[in-house]
Amino acid sequence: MLLKADRLTKSFAGTLAVDHVSFALAPGETLALIGHSGCGKTTTLKMLNRLIEPDEGTVTLGGVRAHDMPGHEWRRRIGFVIQNAGLFPHKTVAENVLVTPKLLGWETARQQAKLEALLDMVGLPARDYAGRYPGELSGGQRQRVGLARALAGEPDIVLMDEPFAALDPLTKDGLIADIARMREELGFAAVLVTHDFSEALRLADRIAVMDGGQIVQTGTANELITAPATPAVEDLLAAPRQMAATVGKAFREAGA
Amino acid sequence: MSGLFAEEWAVFPGHYAGHLRLALGALLMGLVISVPLGIVSARRQALAGPALATASVVQTIPGLALLALMVPLMGGMIGFWPAFAALSLYSILPILRNTIVGLQGVDRDVREAALAVGMTANQRLREVDMPLAAPVIVAGLRTASAWVVGTATLSTPVGARSLGNYIFQGLQTRNWAAVLFGCLVSAALALALDQVIAQFEKSAQKRARGHAIAGLAGLVLILVPALSVFASRGSAASGAGDVERPAAATSLDGQTIVVGSKGFTEQYILADLLKRTLEAKGARVEIRDGLGTTVAFDALANGSIDVYVDYTGTIWASLMKRDEPAQRSAMYAKVTAWLMNERGVLASGKLGFENAYAFATSRETAADYDLETISDLSGLDLSIASDPEFFGRAEWTRTRDAYGLQSLTPRSMDSAFMYDAVKTGEVGLVTAYTTDGRIDAFDLVLLEDELSVLPPYDAFLLVSPEAGENTALLNALEPLQGAIGTELMRAANSRVDLERDSVAEAGAWLYGQVFADGPDVQP
Repeated sequence: MLLKADRLTKSFAGTLAVDHVSFALAPGETLALIGHSGCGKTTTLKMLNRLIEPDEGTVTLGGVRAHDMPGHEWRRRIGFVIQNAGLFPHKTVAENVLVTPKLLGWETARQQAKLEALLDMVGLPARDYAGRYPGELSGGQRQRVGLARALAGEPDIVLMDEPFAALDPLTKDGLIADIARMREELGFAAVLVTHDFSEALRLADRIAVMDGGQIVQTGTANELITAPATPAVEDLLAAPRQMAATVGKAFREAGA
Repeated sequence: MSGLFAEEWAVFPGHYAGHLRLALGALLMGLVISVPLGIVSARRQALAGPALATASVVQTIPGLALLALMVPLMGGMIGFWPAFAALSLYSILPILRNTIVGLQGVDRDVREAALAVGMTANQRLREVDMPLAAPVIVAGLRTASAWVVGTATLSTPVGARSLGNYIFQGLQTRNWAAVLFGCLVSAALALALDQVIAQFEKSAQKRARGHAIAGLAGLVLILVPALSVFASRGSAASGAGDVERPAAATSLDGQTIVVGSKGFTEQYILADLLKRTLEAKGARVEIRDGLGTTVAFDALANGSIDVYVDYTGTIWASLMKRDEPAQRSAMYAKVTAWLMNERGVLASGKLGFENAYAFATSRETAADYDLETISDLSGLDLSIASDPEFFGRAEWTRTRDAYGLQSLTPRSMDSAFMYDAVKTGEVGLVTAYTTDGRIDAFDLVLLEDELSVLPPYDAFLLVSPEAGENTALLNALEPLQGAIGTELMRAANSRVDLERDSVAEAGAWLYGQVFADGPDVQP
């Protein structure tokens, strides 16, 4: 196993947000954490890279325990993508992407090669985009730069916190396709936090449904659909099922 | 008149350099205190509240009062340091507030991302927080710079040289050109400094070298007028003695004597006279003028100044806190004994004139109300103008009670304005200074103090404890004893207040009267 989360627990002001959550991830695997807001999925994600320190439990990455090193060194090994990209507005695209390689002390040539490769992959060629500032980019372009920044340090795993929530459907489809393709090429594992079943369906190998600070069911999309373990899982599937029925009906009628 | 502008121009580099030293020093100090304090406070609300509240309280203290308060707080020290301390305090609030607001305004996602990519807390502060908060912090710095440059003009009464010297002396000697000049240069300096900061900010933000060069060029331009002070400082020391120095007396050669002066015409002229007298004996003389009464005395007592002129009635009421009247010679004896015993200050002789308060009114008002003595004022509904000091003294309440003057309305105003006010009928009465030339010129009537309630105000020289042991200095001052009669002093004051001579011209004239031509009066 690449990553192991063992009985992670966190309370905020006396309220239990995450309650003994455990899971594991194989190299190259993508796990989706799905659930309604307040279910504890984002807190769980941030405990993986220690943006939130767990009250109890441990995280292990490639055999190394999180607390065996300082937080900032731990985080340099893990990519992180957030909803609004969180780019540094006073730094250029190139400077944003190369933050982690610089912190890792890479040589300039290696940094430059990485920059060009990543910007090509996300469809923002370096010669056109490297010198621009985040304010000069569209929302989708910013999210792509955020993705490139997360991958620049060559992490084995990338954490994604609602990365598509602020994007229009077309841009979102393009970005999902890009992520899937880059995962093929670079082979990183990923944990995706989302409330949207269709995103989980398209990117994740396994889906973990969270409710009330706990993982209530883990499985493939197929397993969840055929055998939902709790009412919370069923509830989560209700909207996509309704949508699928409506869309399917419309297509059938048009085809007839 | 022609000499007037040259006179002011000659002191410009010194005033300007003093102003710049104060303003830049205070801004730098403000930055050094406020930015680290702001950084610590921005993330701890428990600290931000009290820090901002304290800075705000400091800000509500009027500038002049804050400057004056620094003098006793710093053990009576006058000059650069108390002014620097007050102005530094003044510059804290805008920089501190903007540092806190700027840092708290940095986007949460961006701050989280900074940690997520692997920055340490310090790296985040340097690479993300500070650059993003910088425009707000710089805006605070610009506010502080405007405040500090403006408020620095108020450092004159605490003995720090600044462009305010033009303003204070100009106000007292009715030299409006000097007042305007001081204001304009101070305003221009504030604007220039603001632009320099703006250029540096742009250069940092856009990484544009052009702005950096423009900023540097501006800074050099700001500094140039002050640089000549440091360049000329060496030659000034040797050149100071060139003024009509008799070859025989060389006993003060090489010594620096600091002469103090309060902020009114007579004091400016006497300081100039002392300067000429001491320079004639070879001393190098520095003048600290425009000082407040207690500031001047405290400065003398702790040796910040060596010699100045004060008045028996002032010491009696303001320092000895005595409120009963005393007979002239008895008062001088008591005052000199108190000065020596309590403060180690040497009184080295009366100058020969008295500058007392006298109730004065215009010829018309005197006729209208049939006024000859102060007792004639009893029950009259008139306004009486005086300097703020007078109404705070026991002699006012005592005079009021002794003559039944409760129906008079006191109005505090600067002594520069009160003679015009009584002449035009704006106020009914003033407490004139008996040596003021405007009593004659405006045809004012002095009302007799038939009960002798107002104390005598004999002018005399005060010498600091340290300078009191300098026999060469005491010898140099000796010819001034009894050398200036009331008529002579009034004539010298008239030259400035009425004939628009410069202080230096009047000082030179008075010096000539005392030392060369003998004390005959030709106003």
